[in-house]
Amino acid sequence: MIEIEGITKRYDATTVVDDVSMVIEPRTVCVIVGTSGSGKTTLLRMINRLVEPTAGVIKFDGADNSSLPGYELRRSIGYAIQGHGLFPHRTVAQNIATVPVLLGWDKARIKARVDELMTLYQLDPEAFGPRYPHELSGGQQQRVGVARALAAEPNVLLMDEPFGALDPIIRNKAQEDLLAIQKRFGTTIILVTHDMEEAVHMGDKIAVMDAGKLVQYAKPAEILANPASDFVETLVGASERPFRLLSLGRVRDAVENGSAEGEAIPGDASQRDALAELLWSGRPALPVKGADGKPLGRVTVDGLVKRAARPA
Amino acid sequence: MQIRFDKLGVVIAAIVAYAAFVAPFATFRANRIVPGQARSILEALPTATGTLLLAIIVAAALIALFKTPLVLRLAASVVVLAALALLIGVAGTFLTPAGDTFARVSPASGFWILIFAFTLLVADVLTRLNLSPLARIGVLVVAALAIGLLLISGRWDSLSILKEYANRADSFWAEGSKHVTLALGSLAAAVIIGLPLGILCHRVERLRAGVLNVLNIIQTIPSIALFGLLIAPLGWVATHVPGAAALGIRGIGTAPAFVALFLYSLLPVVANTVVGLAGVPRAANDAARGMGMTDRQRLFGVEFPLAFPVILTGIRIVLVQNIGLATIAALIGGGGFGVFVFQGVGQTAMDLVLLGAVPTVALAFAAAIILDAVIEMTATKRRVETA
Repeated sequence: MIEIEGITKRYDATTVVDDVSMVIEPRTVCVIVGTSGSGKTTLLRMINRLVEPTAGVIKFDGADNSSLPGYELRRSIGYAIQGHGLFPHRTVAQNIATVPVLLGWDKARIKARVDELMTLYQLDPEAFGPRYPHELSGGQQQRVGVARALAAEPNVLLMDEPFGALDPIIRNKAQEDLLAIQKRFGTTIILVTHDMEEAVHMGDKIAVMDAGKLVQYAKPAEILANPASDFVETLVGASERPFRLLSLGRVRDAVENGSAEGEAIPGDASQRDALAELLWSGRPALPVKGADGKPLGRVTVDGLVKRAARPA
Repeated sequence: MQIRFDKLGVVIAAIVAYAAFVAPFATFRANRIVPGQARSILEALPTATGTLLLAIIVAAALIALFKTPLVLRLAASVVVLAALALLIGVAGTFLTPAGDTFARVSPASGFWILIFAFTLLVADVLTRLNLSPLARIGVLVVAALAIGLLLISGRWDSLSILKEYANRADSFWAEGSKHVTLALGSLAAAVIIGLPLGILCHRVERLRAGVLNVLNIIQTIPSIALFGLLIAPLGWVATHVPGAAALGIRGIGTAPAFVALFLYSLLPVVANTVVGLAGVPRAANDAARGMGMTDRQRLFGVEFPLAFPVILTGIRIVLVQNIGLATIAALIGGGGFGVFVFQGVGQTAMDLVLLGAVPTVALAFAAAIILDAVIEMTATKRRVETA
């Protein structure tokens, strides 16, 4: 659990982060979203003390994060940034091994961990380990950046716009991969983005920052349904709201009894995808299949449209 | 088949035509200070040999002129350079009247231009062959060995420059080692002081502009003026600081020369260190801090390796510059090859000037090639390893 209590950062007369308090539950994804200059990156960087706060306390499981030297604290927290920040003069394997080497792990353990992470990220350790970052595609570099951040098995992973430099298709894949790995390791992730779509998709909870203040901190559905201010409403995007709400639900949760013609949609797909498919194909209903291929029922346009309405 | 001209080849052929047929090949003088008389290739060599040399030059110029295979161009230019090197010695013997120890024969403009033109051709071929850094050093070593062999064999002993050498063999090597010590020593001092200073300037922004401006101003002081400016303070140090004089610190001599070269060296070293460190990608630096590297680990593990090729470029500038500048040290009794240059100017003996100038140029040239190769090796290491 991470407790942020009254954290403030001032540069001379400018207050960049203003008295922010929030609690991040373990094993969840917390997305901090805001426009540029909202203080979201500064807030993130105060968690691992890349920026020292002017006032306030941040606690990890009750322990003040200022009780350790900054560099030791940072070795225990994963850190991934936009543009990956890989070291151009070190190989992929050396890059991933950075923190384990700093921690003084023995060679066999480092190699095993590097191989494990590379395999997890679908990079063949034999082929990619000895390569240099500039020889990789943008998507591969980003994956190495995240693998490097996870190398020392941190409980907490901080990410600053980690997918900002990726094209939309690769970004989607990277987001899915990250969620899968988060589930697997149970890592607590704090992710900064300016993209509400990404926030709704990734976050268990979303923290909206504006002009250094925490404006709203709630579950995605709550933010969509009851934006705390005009600013949050603008950020959510009035015309996108119903679709974002639908994107939070899975098709299996919207299944009705009955059957329908045509290709079945998997129960794991998002309700937004189902509605898009229905609208595009001009059909009133779609069959739904489970992970094992068995029919579960159907989804209908009417049913989905009701679900897209503002929750009472 | 259409005949195609090589662009550089046209220029080289034109230069060669002028040098071989218009410019003098060698200069003959009755003694070392009277004005010389020009001798063309055919006048300077026995008829058969002279004709052969002209034929080789014309053939090589034609090879250079048209688009021809690189290996052929390389072979042609190496053959011409070798022939020129051997035959200038023959010309020396041929032109010197038997038993005359006062007569001087020296290479003239035509010879030097021919050497320049075909060296240009070799350099062009080597560039196009895209040699690896090690191979370039190899070529340098082979060329140096060839010149060394010619010198040892005595085939050039009939030339004026070597007659000057013969009179000063002992002091030549003494001044030579002084020259190299001055150039390398001041470079070493500049690196030892300049690197930390550059790192400090990078870390402390307020210091940067001030330090770089001061170094810039030093760089603009003419070298002779700087030597003059140093005489007073170093003289003061020598008389007032116990033990300073024993260390060889005096108002004139090696000490001010060393200090001046050191001061000139600081700007390139410090400036390139600052530029190199500033060129380290922000994201890499941020990631290094974010993953828990200490400032020290970040400096030696990330910033320094990434800035190294740029810093090395600064060191290359300094070394080549120092080898040249060390010549001036002779003016204030600092020694070095400059001694021969200034003696030669004083006696209007151009051969003596060359005895100081040629080794200086050769040293600077070799230093530039070696350091360029090293810079390329450090910069492309990551690519070569995985190629």
